Amino acid sequence: METRDHSVGARIGMWLFLLSEILLFGGLFLLYAVYRSKHPGDFHAASMELSRFDGTLNTAILLTSSLTAVAAVFSLQELNKPKRTIFFLGATIAFGAAFLVVKAFEWTAKFEHGLYPNAAVLMKRPPGEILYFGLYFTMTGLHALHVIIGMTVLSVILAFIVRGKATQERSAALENAGLYWHLVDIIWIFLFPLFYLIT
Amino acid sequence: MAYTRYVYIWAALIVLTAITVTTASLNFGRVGILVVLAIAAIKSTLVLLYFMHLSSEKRLLLKLLVPIAICTLAIFIGLTFTDVLYR
Repeated sequence: METRDHSVGARIGMWLFLLSEILLFGGLFLLYAVYRSKHPGDFHAASMELSRFDGTLNTAILLTSSLTAVAAVFSLQELNKPKRTIFFLGATIAFGAAFLVVKAFEWTAKFEHGLYPNAAVLMKRPPGEILYFGLYFTMTGLHALHVIIGMTVLSVILAFIVRGKATQERSAALENAGLYWHLVDIIWIFLFPLFYLIT
Repeated sequence: MAYTRYVYIWAALIVLTAITVTTASLNFGRVGILVVLAIAAIKSTLVLLYFMHLSSEKRLLLKLLVPIAICTLAIFIGLTFTDVLYR
């Protein structure tokens, strides 16, 4: 029976999907840019309330998780060492969980100050601040959802490797999961300055 | 070990993060915003080229996908602002 290498097709398909993800977040970045230009003062005041330390910590965590993700792909594709891949995938998933824990603390602190979508305290604030926190929760929330999906996908691939279903010759799924994880990292690379650094 | 090149890229990303946080805390105003966004662009380029292996990608289609996405977004954002700013 003829066997074919579908890894190129799989990669093209993955990149097309990533393109649609870029446009999805791109639309939200556009909303952010327009509202920021309409309410620069309110955005300034609201962005001062975010914890820059938490944002920086999460950036470092996610960048490191990208390193372990690429190390996982490299260990299988180039070195054919599945045990190392399993270790690096586990580390990547753990870093993803750490990111979510920091995010949870951050959101909890905001909730305790009465800052969440449609909260009575928030609705009394100027319109630009309501928009800022709306965008903050929507965009970081959608990003956190992507982190959860990425961790799920990586866990499935991890199980594949443990069972010997993903190997050096059949590594397209691992590679594509890695691409997804890096894209989630790139989105955060832009969310971080927009919400935490530009005031 | 061949992991080292990835570790270098990671180190560069961490250093760029430190620079961008420092820049932001020094309050350079509009210039600061440009610097912070430029560093985000550099960081994502590093991830795309080295972690996502676009630097060794041979297929033109895949090489061009990200520039196409960026151009599409630039058109969206640019056209929207011609409306928003001059209304």
